[in-house]
Amino acid sequence: MSTLDALRRPRQQPAAPDGGGAGRRLLEVRGLTTRFDTPDGLVHAVNGVDFYVDRGEIVGVVGESGCGKSVTIRSILGLVRPPGRVVDGTAYFDGVDLLGLRGADLRRLRGKEIGFIAQNPFSALNPVMRIHRQFANIMAAHGVKSDGEARDRARAALADVGIAGPDRVLDGYAHQLSGGMAQRVVIAMAMLLNPAFVVADEPTTGLDLTVQRQILDLIRRLVREHGQSMLLVTHDLGVVAQYCDRVVVMYAGKVIEHGTVRQVLNDPRHPYTQALIRAIPRPGQPLVHLTGRLPDLVNYPAGCPFRARCPHAFEPCGHIVPDAVTMASGQTYWCHLRQEKEEVG
Amino acid sequence: MSLLELANVSKEFDLGGSTRVYALDDVSLSVNAGETLAIIGESGSGKSTLGRLALRLIEPTRGSVRFEGTDVLALSAAELRKLRAKLQIIFQEPFESLNPRMRVADIIGEPLAIHRSKMSVQDRRARVARVIEQVGLTPDMAKRYPGELSGGQQQRVGIARAIVTEPSLIVLDEPTSSLDLSVRAQILQLLADLQAELGMGYLFISHDIHTVRYVSDRIAVMYRGRVVETGPSEQVFADPQHPYTQALLAAALPVDPDQQLPPARLVGDPLSPTQRAHGCVLYGRCPVGEDRCIQTEVRLVPVAVDHEVACVKPGASGG
Repeated sequence: MSTLDALRRPRQQPAAPDGGGAGRRLLEVRGLTTRFDTPDGLVHAVNGVDFYVDRGEIVGVVGESGCGKSVTIRSILGLVRPPGRVVDGTAYFDGVDLLGLRGADLRRLRGKEIGFIAQNPFSALNPVMRIHRQFANIMAAHGVKSDGEARDRARAALADVGIAGPDRVLDGYAHQLSGGMAQRVVIAMAMLLNPAFVVADEPTTGLDLTVQRQILDLIRRLVREHGQSMLLVTHDLGVVAQYCDRVVVMYAGKVIEHGTVRQVLNDPRHPYTQALIRAIPRPGQPLVHLTGRLPDLVNYPAGCPFRARCPHAFEPCGHIVPDAVTMASGQTYWCHLRQEKEEVG
Repeated sequence: MSLLELANVSKEFDLGGSTRVYALDDVSLSVNAGETLAIIGESGSGKSTLGRLALRLIEPTRGSVRFEGTDVLALSAAELRKLRAKLQIIFQEPFESLNPRMRVADIIGEPLAIHRSKMSVQDRRARVARVIEQVGLTPDMAKRYPGELSGGQQQRVGIARAIVTEPSLIVLDEPTSSLDLSVRAQILQLLADLQAELGMGYLFISHDIHTVRYVSDRIAVMYRGRVVETGPSEQVFADPQHPYTQALLAAALPVDPDQQLPPARLVGDPLSPTQRAHGCVLYGRCPVGEDRCIQTEVRLVPVAVDHEVACVKPGASGG
């Protein structure tokens, strides 16, 4: 934890809300707001997002395209590039606000403390550099200077992700790998320095279904074995149901509901979450679908962003942004339609 | 009589040198009027090649394609053009398949201009307006350009264009894969409604098990250029016999967190498409494979009425 210790300020200000530090909470994001300055106007991509990840948890972030899920994690990891910029919020990771870090410090943290698995493994791998050199570079940046040691550790990391002949992969290039193999290599790199926290952005979206299953099983096994926490971004509720502990549902750049996977999938409270679950085709059942489309993120609507598509919208939805409703179970949703009995705060 | 009948169709692509891609290997299937045959498979299974072959957008290396009894491969260019009015296709990426410089009404009306050249302008306009309504678009959208529409609306335009000539069969190549879940449901509903109303046959190509299960009457499971299992959907989903079908169904993640996930069945990655499989195409990834699987040709054999499986020991790896 030396990297973090160096970055952690003396405790004159609260490190993180809700205890933070060495407590249960690993990541706490508050009020995260990210905008993109485009020729069409200012795009409100992420609008005051709050969520957290506890130690040992796998948290899913789910939503349809344009909901801001990828921009959210890219904001936290310092990967938003102009014309995008994070304009507000905090993201306390083990007591350090990631949004307040300089580029070099953040880069040091990525890899050592936070591993990142991108959607497209081939964009994460250097096409003109042998795989073993890419492993060696990561380790060199974190103090492993001996090529022999680097190779031993790379071999072990590849064996850990189920690659049978690691030397053949290490001596080759990315283009010689299948999609599934390339993603295994990226996972091995993300796990190389045993980070406490792993962020995966749609890690299996481009892969075949049977391979997807193998990769998700692999990621979960590694995260559990190493006692890591993970943020898993996906558009697939099946991935959430089978691989996550808690889930954060996003719509139009906002979190509209979060809770344990069981709470949210078995008893969704927000009309959008309900619609998303009903839109999955099930034999013998009529499809229930949403009409309309996402709100314009340039002229962001007042009130609830789901209002225009919501079957239950009523008067306040048009001009008042709904407050969080937190149930006794901890399940939280942002909607004016609250049933008194379920409400605690 | 079947609407569409493919018999022993193979397709090889020559990549130069001695490298060949074996995209389809001895595939036979048929689609009847008013029914949906779903082709399910992963990338490289040959399912899209199959769809294009059915319309003769590409020519098979071997085998025959019949549509309403006519040998499609023997048709002249002019005859083929005439046939296309009855045999349409809808692609995965709605935006890429629509001309961005044409207005919606012109895009939808274009097949009429080609196939119903004697139709009066007035009749054509009326037909386009009727179809716009049928696919759930509003009349004001007729004047818009594809870029002004959402993904779901664009796919409705694609569907309108496909049905405007009153085809008897539509090939749907992953028609909802690029759409978000909430929009996908709208399009599937629309396709089901149109089929009930117009009685068209669908050849529905998809890799999405939830979608296939919802839309299909019969199903053909493809892997590496071959049909490995085919039968009535309900039966195949309830009692899959081929180890690949079993793995594919096990890989579809149920949205119910309380539903236990069956163990993953396959190991490793698929063969390269330039390798021709001797015997079973799944050999090497199969949990129950044995030597005889690659020592003999493995072909579809019936296991129940209309239910065929290409496996030397069907059902062996458990349901």
